Amino acid sequence: MSAPILRVAGLSAHIAGQQVVEDVSFEVPATGVTALLGRNGVGKTSTLKAIIGLIGRRGTVEFDGERIDGQPTHRIVQRGIGYVPEDREVFASLSVEENLRLAERHGGPNRTLVDELFPDLVARASQPAGTLSGGQQQMVSLARALINDNRLLLVDEPTKGLAPLIVVDVAEALARAARAVPILLVEQNLEVVRKLAHTVVVLEGGRVAHVGLAQELLDDDELTKRLLGVHSAHAQANGEAS
Amino acid sequence: MKRVTSTRQWMWWIVGGVVAAFAAILPMLNLSIPGVLPGATYLPGTLQLLAVAMLFASLALSYHLLFGTAGLLSFGHALYFGLGAYGVGLLLKNTTLSLVPAIALTIAAVICVAYLVGALSLRVTGISFAMVTLAFAQAGNVLVRRNPQITGGDEGLQLHTDNVPQFLIGVLNTRNLYWVALGVLVVVFVIVTCFEHSRAGHVVTAIRENELRVRVLGLRPFGVKLVAFVIASVLAAVVGIVHLLLQSGVTPSATSSDFTLTILVIVVLGGVGSRWGAVVGGIVYTLLDQRLTALASSDAIAALPPILRIPLSEPLFILGTLFILVVMFLPGGIAGALGRVGGRSRRSLVAPGVTERDRLEDAE
Amino acid sequence: MSTVILLIITGLGLGALYFLVASGLSLIYGLMGVLNFAHGSFLTLGAFAGWEFARRMGGGSWLTFFASLVVGAVVGAVVAAATEFLLIRRLYERHIEQVLVTVGLALASVALFDGIWGTDPIYVTGPAWLTQTSDILGARVPNDRFVLIIAAVFVLLAIVAFLKFTRYGLIIRAGVENRSMVTALGIDVRRAFTVVFAIGGAAAGLGGVLASHYFGYVSPQLGGSLLIFAFIVTVIGGLGSLAGAAMASVIVAILQQFANFFLGGTGDLVVVLLLAAVLLIRPTGLRGSKA
Repeated sequence: MSAPILRVAGLSAHIAGQQVVEDVSFEVPATGVTALLGRNGVGKTSTLKAIIGLIGRRGTVEFDGERIDGQPTHRIVQRGIGYVPEDREVFASLSVEENLRLAERHGGPNRTLVDELFPDLVARASQPAGTLSGGQQQMVSLARALINDNRLLLVDEPTKGLAPLIVVDVAEALARAARAVPILLVEQNLEVVRKLAHTVVVLEGGRVAHVGLAQELLDDDELTKRLLGVHSAHAQANGEAS
Repeated sequence: MKRVTSTRQWMWWIVGGVVAAFAAILPMLNLSIPGVLPGATYLPGTLQLLAVAMLFASLALSYHLLFGTAGLLSFGHALYFGLGAYGVGLLLKNTTLSLVPAIALTIAAVICVAYLVGALSLRVTGISFAMVTLAFAQAGNVLVRRNPQITGGDEGLQLHTDNVPQFLIGVLNTRNLYWVALGVLVVVFVIVTCFEHSRAGHVVTAIRENELRVRVLGLRPFGVKLVAFVIASVLAAVVGIVHLLLQSGVTPSATSSDFTLTILVIVVLGGVGSRWGAVVGGIVYTLLDQRLTALASSDAIAALPPILRIPLSEPLFILGTLFILVVMFLPGGIAGALGRVGGRSRRSLVAPGVTERDRLEDAE
Repeated sequence: MSTVILLIITGLGLGALYFLVASGLSLIYGLMGVLNFAHGSFLTLGAFAGWEFARRMGGGSWLTFFASLVVGAVVGAVVAAATEFLLIRRLYERHIEQVLVTVGLALASVALFDGIWGTDPIYVTGPAWLTQTSDILGARVPNDRFVLIIAAVFVLLAIVAFLKFTRYGLIIRAGVENRSMVTALGIDVRRAFTVVFAIGGAAAGLGGVLASHYFGYVSPQLGGSLLIFAFIVTVIGGLGSLAGAAMASVIVAILQQFANFFLGGTGDLVVVLLLAAVLLIRPTGLRGSKA
């Protein structure tokens, strides 16, 4: 196996003076999807935010062999990290086209990929993003990350609150993207994880509790129950609940 | 704040008591500090300046209650100082009331106004709160300046001394007013301390740190914030009243937004979140202002080339610049710097920087 | 009737002044969360710069007048951008400290203006036409009102066009909504901070020169007195909303003129009451989405 694209060592993060991530260490392989799992409020979102410096953090973060933990967010992203935040965070008053134009870092040869994956967005280019449905907003958010030639994507709960049919679309888009770029994925929907992820990292109480292959974890109902509080068989239901 | 009875706490009270006792006997002493005080400590001019300094320290303490303790950034605190001064001044001028009833009536009015303005302003948070309080204070300022037949307008209001006790009038009695000012400072300090250690004080501090958490606990932030607002306003009014007596009058600048900004400057210079910082800030500011004004009109400055003379002859320019430097390079102000030098890291000196930011983020 | 027309046009003129100050305040607050107390000083400095320029060029021609507007705007923009770059930026994300620094700058700069130009008002002269009146439906309207209104409309359109059609405009609009997400797209949002300060400073500096012709004089207090009303306008309009600031400027100024005329000079009080009423009914202001 080649060198990891992202190496996190001893990462701690705090929001408003409160510790939300404690001494987390893991690696993201240079290919495929790595799922970051754990119960609600365990620090998954905060870990992603800490990696790109959106919240205060301590520890080591290496991206493609280079330290990025001391750098401001925009520099880290410019190195080739795409971020798809929880709750999508599209710019509601900007049109779809403007949302994408804002995200474009260098002319974007990937426009074709985005247009191909999300034909809906092409049709709605001039519509304010705030008036889109949740699924369409998620497409915009994903498109903003896919429009650039990134070397890593951080994707936070892309299927949260979406209708089952849309979940399939989103998973499909992620699978397409994963052929070209490694993804660190936070996901509650274990069906999606099973379909996409190769490796899993499980957090518990702000720390890493388990690292392994996705298949092995999800096939072990006992372990899944202990780590994630759900039976892997009931994964779908949990994904909708949050 | 559980360790109220720790030795360090007692130490501070003892130090404070000694300082207060020393301040009380100053008028009997013949001390001179060249460069800091204009003359020996028993002279009325010096006592007047020291009394003003203590009043500014008291005013800064009342603002500390708002900003440092409750985290309310008000730009309208001068309104209550002005209300106190103008309230008593007008009652003495237009009625036959003697001083004490006039003060009582004025305080009652201040409570009403502070309650109304506070209840309205506290509907918004953060920067909006600052602007709304500013607007109300500005309305007060306009009222004072636009009604010269009542308030004396820009000329200001002279103190009518007919119903003021003799021992508070005249240059020779400055020392009595000095003791009154000292008394006000001690009383304000004790009240602010008691409030901070009371249940309401703890709640208000908790709100400053994290309003959401307090709401989750089922407490209503609005009520305690309003209490803090009203108490701070009444204390400011009391200071305004004594200031009226000390200066034998009041001018509209006492109700201006610049005056509130001055108080804010004092609190930040002293160190946000520190009672002692507010006191020291008030005294240092007043003395510095007086010294800089003396410096501005000195021959040494007049001889300088314009590029140096103009800035140096403007005390407010120097104070404003000093203030900017403190904000940028000395977070925690004088108290914070002393704390660091002394190797102590008191919670109250360090906390504000972080918590205010978060609070504002929440307010957005 | 002619009185009403006079009051409306004069109100629009005053509203134009408020808008020139409030537009910058609102943009800066919207993007950065900073309430800029030094904004009045940008205006005052613009006014003094315009006056100094016009004085040297020898007063009354239109060319001098327009050139002095440009000078005021440029000085305002440069000083504002420098303020952001040298002071505000160093306190990144520490909003209270940023506000405090602008407070200190406001105090220090007004004192400095006192020292340089003295505390007394300095009377300004412009093209003679400005001091004359025009007859509009029977009302004798001072001509400077029209210049103010045209200037404010021009500034409004220019800012809107800038926000709509440039990349910085796009970044600013996105940043007003969600600053951290803009950085998460790999954009250094701080560069946009300098830009909004420059725009706000330019509008204020321009407003300063116009205000000196509206009031007939320049003084170190000029900016501070307008700033308070601009604050009120910004809150009523909704913090961070340019359209809200424009609407509120007009409403506040016209109301003020009418109250001053019909209710015995109570304009300032009525404005504060309006502020109280707006906050009671709609704490976020007319167009504000966030409290």
